[in-house]
Amino acid sequence: MAENGTDSRPAPAPAGAYPRHWRRPPAIQSALARRLLAAGLVGYLVFAFLNIEIDVPRLLQGLPRGLDFLRAFVWPDFTSRGGDIFRGVMESLAMTLVATVIGALLSLPLALGAAGNFAPRPVYHACRAIIALGRTFPEVMIAIFFVVMFGFGPLAGVITLVVATIGFLGKLIAEDIEACSMAPIEAMRATGATLPQILVYGLVPQILPRILGLSLYRLDINFRESAIIGVVGAGGIGATLSTTFDRYEFSSAAAILVVIIVIVLLTEHASGIVRRRLL
Amino acid sequence: MNPATTSPSPSWRKRTSKAVLLGWVAGLFFFALLVAAFRQISAGTEWIFVADAHRQAGDLIARMVPPRWSYLPSLVQSLLDTLHIATLGTFAAIFLGTPLAFLAAKNTSPHPLVRQAALLLIVSSRSINTLIWAILFVIIVGPGVLAGIFAITLRSVGFIGKLLYEAIEEIAPDPVEAMRAVGAPPPSVFVYGIFPQVFPAFIGISVFRWDINVRESTILGLVGAGGIGLQLDASVNALQWSQVSVILLLVLLMVIFSEWLSAKVRGFAI
Repeated sequence: MAENGTDSRPAPAPAGAYPRHWRRPPAIQSALARRLLAAGLVGYLVFAFLNIEIDVPRLLQGLPRGLDFLRAFVWPDFTSRGGDIFRGVMESLAMTLVATVIGALLSLPLALGAAGNFAPRPVYHACRAIIALGRTFPEVMIAIFFVVMFGFGPLAGVITLVVATIGFLGKLIAEDIEACSMAPIEAMRATGATLPQILVYGLVPQILPRILGLSLYRLDINFRESAIIGVVGAGGIGATLSTTFDRYEFSSAAAILVVIIVIVLLTEHASGIVRRRLL
Repeated sequence: MNPATTSPSPSWRKRTSKAVLLGWVAGLFFFALLVAAFRQISAGTEWIFVADAHRQAGDLIARMVPPRWSYLPSLVQSLLDTLHIATLGTFAAIFLGTPLAFLAAKNTSPHPLVRQAALLLIVSSRSINTLIWAILFVIIVGPGVLAGIFAITLRSVGFIGKLLYEAIEEIAPDPVEAMRAVGAPPPSVFVYGIFPQVFPAFIGISVFRWDINVRESTILGLVGAGGIGLQLDASVNALQWSQVSVILLLVLLMVIFSEWLSAKVRGFAI
């Protein structure tokens, strides 16, 4: 690494003479590995560029549309689709809130089960598998299946977000439980406390701030995701957004994007304040 | 207990009565908000379909279960496309996001106004999901891999920019000051004083984003931006669920691979 570079390779100068110039040691010591890495990188880039098709006439044809969109961003149209935008945003917010609360509540027992210092092996592996499954696939892909099962609408979106939230919070909270201090818990065990007592008085006080902080962070993420799973029919503002793009109503699309950005900024700001207050 | 006190003894409490009351009011407000949200979702749901959901799920699984392996060869090109989208998009985002991060960091930004502009760019890029960028670029550059690469790039610029500028703001100022004091020109200060300090973070952030991008690039095809999502969309629309299960398994393998590789690189670099 570069920072411990003072004691680098032996100086190439003859004995007795110090080198006049200090040279930064390379990040990768072996010259062969360095060259191989560079060659591999260049080779991959060439291969990738040859592999993708670029339709130049179509590109030129699209440029005015891009400019149109940029112009729409300067003058977004909030009114002509105002009702749709308002309903979509309210639905997205409702989905976000419900999914985050349910997801956080469900992820707590799963996280406990997925913590190596509390759960027995079979439970540990089962819970880790459930959590990993929730994290593997992108939200939109999960949403496709829940839309087929539960029909179009916000419920499919809520269940999608719950699954994704469990994958996210379950993993992070499980890591926190594994990292917490076992001393108070052992002390409680020694005095004969029952498991519920140990959890409430020994474990929860150690991880509660992190649980709240992570849940607020996930609230932000869930709002962002709720804005797109509507593309596959799972409710929220995404359906409206996708429709406005399909109809080339760029000024309405820009209005929706502005609303999303403002809400994301507000929730980020608010969750920052809440986190500072609670923790 | 002090026997001298005559009034009811003031016992220790963690919070003042006002704080307790405020907590209850906030809790009640939150609960009301939650109920309102539940009601809204319930109003937007067709409960007849929901009652049927377990049958639908069973049906779905029955249709998916023998995966149609003969579909696998025709997926190779789109699998490569997906990896290209993720990798080239990440590369482009590193090239755009790194200078942006140095403009946005308090200690390296040339001017407060430049800093605000850079922060605005980072926030806008981060707030808009990759899929929305993809919808936009499909309209501008046409359907295909290129739209996917642009979408991944524009979303990742904000991610890399934000995490990197936070890392830059946390560097130790001493080596930088020492170099300035002995009269090193700004490029040398950057190359020898600042960059080595953020290099591990830089590698970690880039690889982390690449890992996320592999996952995201699998769905870009749903809006026409190339990759394996195109086949997924086509198979779902044609109700070819046995093909969908092949695609899902492939995505699973790819995600595991990218997670393994990024963990490997991060372990090496940090």
